[in-house]
Amino acid sequence: MEITDIYNKLKKVFGDGIGELKTDVPVSPFFFADRSKINAVALFLRDEESLQFDNLSCLSGVDYDKDNLAVVYHLFSYALGHSLIVKCLIPKSDPKIQTVSDVWAAADWHEREAFDLVGMVFEGHPDLRRILLPDDWEGHPLRKDYKVPEFYNGMKVPY
Amino acid sequence: MGILNKLDISVEQFESGNIIITSMDKLLNWSRLSSMWQMFFGLACCAIEMMATSASHYDLDRFGIIPRPSPRHVDIILISGTVTLKMATRIKRLYDEMPAPKYILSMGSCANCGGPYWEHGYHVLKGIDRVIPVDVYVPGCPPRPEALLEGLIKLQDKIRNQSLAKHTA
Repeated sequence: MEITDIYNKLKKVFGDGIGELKTDVPVSPFFFADRSKINAVALFLRDEESLQFDNLSCLSGVDYDKDNLAVVYHLFSYALGHSLIVKCLIPKSDPKIQTVSDVWAAADWHEREAFDLVGMVFEGHPDLRRILLPDDWEGHPLRKDYKVPEFYNGMKVPY
Repeated sequence: MGILNKLDISVEQFESGNIIITSMDKLLNWSRLSSMWQMFFGLACCAIEMMATSASHYDLDRFGIIPRPSPRHVDIILISGTVTLKMATRIKRLYDEMPAPKYILSMGSCANCGGPYWEHGYHVLKGIDRVIPVDVYVPGCPPRPEALLEGLIKLQDKIRNQSLAKHTA
């Protein structure tokens, strides 16, 4: 299925929950989805007969711009062979977003990684702990405003 | 006598055989440097070179270097790769569990000084010597097996010159 057909299908069901389709981009076309609807959108993408996005290829956390974080979902359908990119903006003042780990189990650890490094909170996630950094780490290092600490557990960090 | 050919230490031998005299230092050093058991422990891409060195082509066994699965058994630990801060706390613990005398060989640029992560690696320890004392540094990214062997032979030289009378490292 072509990207515009997929987009129109979603737009018909979710209306304002789906932003404008951006095709004039150097990479694959994408659109923004509302962070409070992403779980329903994900479930629809997976279960709708003509979409069947059975595979979450990647879930990334991004420090998007001055006021927003973002989560990027790369989806693929093994059944139908088409793919899709969906993004969700999350304001830094209230960094919360719905989990999709109940839709694709692959999202479980991906969301933990995004939380660990970028710091958005996935509401409804079964076990949102740090996954790469040690449990006692402070801050989220892939934020643009992250400052490297002088010491970690008595070990000097800067060169 | 086969063993005397392998002893690269000065010995006195009696004509009747079966008795040799040497110094305690030389005997201890010789036995230590001939059986440097190594921690079964790899960190990053350097670990692949370390495994290549262990395998039949370069054959670490011929130096008496064999990997052991417990820090209680080992004499040397090869820090073979990038040391993250998370792993550094574990390495410190493993080092503390090793019985003395213990030796550290830091393999590759990451373990030596942080390597390519020296500036932007918020998670990388900039040199394992910030946590545990290092005997030999082997430069390279990663070092070839020949370089690692050179480092291990240097470590053997260091052990050969130890003395019970004076404390060295």
